[in-house]
Amino acid sequence: MKSKKKRVLPGFGLSLGFTTLYLSLLVLIPLSMVFIQTSQLGWGEFIEVVTSERVIHSYKISFGTAFAAAAINAVFGLLVAWVLVRYSFPGKKILDALIDLPFALPTAVAGITLTTLYSTNGWIGQLLEPLNIKVAFTPLGITVALTFIGLPFIVRMVQPVLVDIEKEVEEAAESLGASRMQIFRKIIFPELLPGLLSGFSLAFARGLGEYGSVVFIAGNMPMKTEIAPLMIMTKLEQFDYAGATAIAVVMLIISFLCLIIMNIIQIWSRKSQLQSE
Amino acid sequence: MEPQISETIKQITTRKRKSSKESKWVKVVLIFIAILYLSLLLFIPLAAIFVKAFEKGFDVYLAAITESDALSAIRLTLLVAVIVVPLNTLFGVAAAWAVTKFRFRGKQILLSLLELPFAVSPVIAGLVFVLLFSPRGVLGPWLVDYGIKIIFSVPGIIIATIFVTVPFVARELIPVMQAQGTSEEEAAVSLGANGWQMFWRVTLPNIKWGLLYGMILCNARAIGEFGAVSVVSGRIRGLTNTMPLHVEILYNEYQFSASFAVASLMSIMAIITLIIKSMIEWKTNKQEGKGV
Repeated sequence: MKSKKKRVLPGFGLSLGFTTLYLSLLVLIPLSMVFIQTSQLGWGEFIEVVTSERVIHSYKISFGTAFAAAAINAVFGLLVAWVLVRYSFPGKKILDALIDLPFALPTAVAGITLTTLYSTNGWIGQLLEPLNIKVAFTPLGITVALTFIGLPFIVRMVQPVLVDIEKEVEEAAESLGASRMQIFRKIIFPELLPGLLSGFSLAFARGLGEYGSVVFIAGNMPMKTEIAPLMIMTKLEQFDYAGATAIAVVMLIISFLCLIIMNIIQIWSRKSQLQSE
Repeated sequence: MEPQISETIKQITTRKRKSSKESKWVKVVLIFIAILYLSLLLFIPLAAIFVKAFEKGFDVYLAAITESDALSAIRLTLLVAVIVVPLNTLFGVAAAWAVTKFRFRGKQILLSLLELPFAVSPVIAGLVFVLLFSPRGVLGPWLVDYGIKIIFSVPGIIIATIFVTVPFVARELIPVMQAQGTSEEEAAVSLGANGWQMFWRVTLPNIKWGLLYGMILCNARAIGEFGAVSVVSGRIRGLTNTMPLHVEILYNEYQFSASFAVASLMSIMAIITLIIKSMIEWKTNKQEGKGV
């Protein structure tokens, strides 16, 4: 017989009940609608919608730009985190506080601002024009917007790990004759890798679904700069709910798969780290 | 004697620190790259918002933010935040309480489900409520019979905003409450406190900074949400237009100064959010310092 352990603290039933009810009514049931609606569409139609040339192209754009932006942030976000943790310089505190700006600034505001700055007559765009680099209304512009959105994910995942790394290990390695680069590659980087990967996956997932900051700078030209969320929006505006839902299902499955893959990589990297220790 | 000892200790530690650092120019180059990167991505855009907002002078700015459509957008956005933030705060506290103070089956699943809205595109968040509540949606015919309008109306905007901001408070509270454990609350209960006394006098003082942090992040997102809201709003000027949607409309009408004027109001909100956040971090660091 199972013995029922008495809970000392009050409110278990109330808090769990409220949590489950709230989450079910406002998130889970609405989200399940997407799958229920799609099942009414019929397989042939579903495939036709989600594999049409324009839609396939929008997946490619979304994937490519989200991946590029997350990769850029993995490099520069790591550098920024390193500089903020290891060095001291005037204005560092302001810089550190400003990292979270993309979380606090409405995406539409970010969108119109980046578009204005990077279009050919904008502050930054006009510097790039003589070099024949066009940013606004190209996939490069989408990447810039997604880089803005993704920055805090990487920096905030890496920063605490860098703070916790014990200096003694580095010093020991150095006294054994390791160069600074060797120490970074063999000691610091492996410690940072799990945080870096989860930051990357969060930034990537956010980038796949991002809409507000991208629509302005993308220009939304079919087969050129249309992102997948915009395709859903376009179908909705034509009252093609079935089509919108079909694309949404594909996007949801893709982003869940990404998260699962990233989780597996993390578990694997943690395991291999434990083994090496 | 003492000053001498501390002097030698200082020498040893500074020598140690020096030896485990990069050469000076590597450091300077890295700092330079970081500042350049953040300038291009954060500083210059933030400055540009205000420059563009005041480009045509203060009068144009003032006119843009006091015009009736702008005022009703501001009112609606504030209304949404005033409803959404308390609801999600209540949810966040309840969820964190259940997850951190008790053991039960399916806790891991609940934790993953809590994060679900972050993995969903805002556009899809809007779409699901269209599928549910629009006249052609699942509950549509029933709602039409009773004359209830949710999509292209304020309730839809509120519900969609709740969806995208559900996790904020819970995910800030869970680590804080996990670290605190259950001993203090158990002591309060065994000394005869009832549930509410325990919560107000023991739990709340312990979690107040984490709670405030979650609430300001939730608030920032609720005010700024664009994708989900633009799906369900219908953009009816003066009725279902929130501030971000108003910014979009003005921008698409080439009224750039007016658009950036409204955007600058939201940017001020973002800056205040960052300041409160830094203050909370400073406060909690100080408390931790005291504890050690």
